[in-house]
Amino acid sequence: MMGHPYKFEVEKLDAYFGEKKVLNNINMKIRDKAVTAIIGPSGCGKTTLLRCLNRMHEIIPGARVHGKVLFNGVNIYDDEIDPVTIRRKIGMVFQKPNPFPMMSIYENVAIGLKLNGVRERKKLDSAVERALKMANLWDEVKNDLHRSGASLSGGQQQRLCIARALAVEPEAILMDEPCSALDPIATEKIESLIRNLAEEYAVIIVTHNMQQAARVSDFTAFLYLGELIEYGTTKELFENPKNPLTEKYITGRFG
Amino acid sequence: MRGSEMYHYRMRRLVDGLMRVLVWLALVVALIPLFSILGEVFSKGAPHLNMDVLISPMPTVGEQGGGIGNAIQGTLITIFLASIIGVPLGVLSGIFLSEYGEFKLSSAVRFFNDVLSGFPSIVIGIFSYTIIVTSIGFSVMAAAFALAIIMIPIITRTTEEALKIVPLTVREAALALGISRWKTLIYIVIRGAKRGIATGILLAIARVAGESAPILITMGYWRWWFSGLNKPVANLALNIYLFAVSPFDNWRNLAWLSALTLTAMILMINVVMRIFTKEKYI
Repeated sequence: MMGHPYKFEVEKLDAYFGEKKVLNNINMKIRDKAVTAIIGPSGCGKTTLLRCLNRMHEIIPGARVHGKVLFNGVNIYDDEIDPVTIRRKIGMVFQKPNPFPMMSIYENVAIGLKLNGVRERKKLDSAVERALKMANLWDEVKNDLHRSGASLSGGQQQRLCIARALAVEPEAILMDEPCSALDPIATEKIESLIRNLAEEYAVIIVTHNMQQAARVSDFTAFLYLGELIEYGTTKELFENPKNPLTEKYITGRFG
Repeated sequence: MRGSEMYHYRMRRLVDGLMRVLVWLALVVALIPLFSILGEVFSKGAPHLNMDVLISPMPTVGEQGGGIGNAIQGTLITIFLASIIGVPLGVLSGIFLSEYGEFKLSSAVRFFNDVLSGFPSIVIGIFSYTIIVTSIGFSVMAAAFALAIIMIPIITRTTEEALKIVPLTVREAALALGISRWKTLIYIVIRGAKRGIATGILLAIARVAGESAPILITMGYWRWWFSGLNKPVANLALNIYLFAVSPFDNWRNLAWLSALTLTAMILMINVVMRIFTKEKYI
């Protein structure tokens, strides 16, 4: 595994919803311990690309994928690969905070481990604490871990969802517009959290907010109508875009 | 200008007040039958209530005393047996319809389920008669089978609805955690829908507890205690009918008492179920 400088290598990836092709021949390599942002106008396939990285695309009826996604050098679309194991290794955070209903804060974070066979109370306790600390939520909830997860504010719920994803000790984190339902203060907290997470994980974030991409990411990919138009360091892409389409998009002339 | 504004304002207030009165009136009209039935059942049934009556079997013609003990026992046994058959089948069908909708079969299942829920219960009783009574005779098994068939479509429908309320994003979050589909279903989705499913089961139990037509056709009257699954048992709903039209005061009192007991039983099942499915979290 050490021999792979890239966490993900996407090769000739096509994705479909039924007959409709939504991603066309995507090739990109994503680095470990860095934030990679995927930007582009609505409907360009950002979310689909993200969901292809942990085999979540295929759970939608009629959705298909062609091509390869290498994760640590192994093709996750190989016939012998179980998608459940892949998803366990790659955490995901969604657009809207979606804590599990009828579960406490503690249970929300612990359930992933519990259902994957961890029974020891002590292990669970320490995993919950570690995950909540990493998600910068611990100090706010440590005194009432047994309160309902749904009773938290929107921003706290989203951090709870991040903690839930971190608790199963993934190797990469995918985030699908994680701040789009949050206010500016909650957004700021999540953004600084994203920076911290990049010290340990490959973080890939889909965003429709270009300022956000510029603030948090090391690399940025610009997607348009299902094609990868430009991909490079964030600095390069925003300051010196090579493709005229990229330039038009980041200067706000369409989208 | 000002005059007409005042006029419109007064009209709005008037219509608003009128609507409020109408809505309250509708509520009162709807509640009158409910409370008058409850009041009647209670006032006519409660005076005859004592321990003896609850544990003695039905009296014979002309006999004084007697009770509804065997009918309570029989009703509980019948509902219990019907639930053992009906609840798992109903809940599993509901899960199938909600979670495995990708199969072409499910729309057919949903359609026939709806048709079944509209079936007259006497027809279901005849169905049970032809396949069970004709082989093992009038029996509590035949009655439970008929009641189970009445329960299934109710439970299936409410289970499906309750599961559908759990948002897709919650299921996706679970799958993305590397939780397998069946564990997601059992530990997360069903957990979120538990109350709704319990309500459906309850509705079905309450419905069959009061059924008399299919009971009549599969068991008939039985004045003794439970004596085997291949024998009939007594039944409260049937008691009400049998006793209410009788010429004996003693029997008519027992009819009121049966009605009170049946009502109380359904209320109790309701309360117990609520306590069981009470959730700490929303």
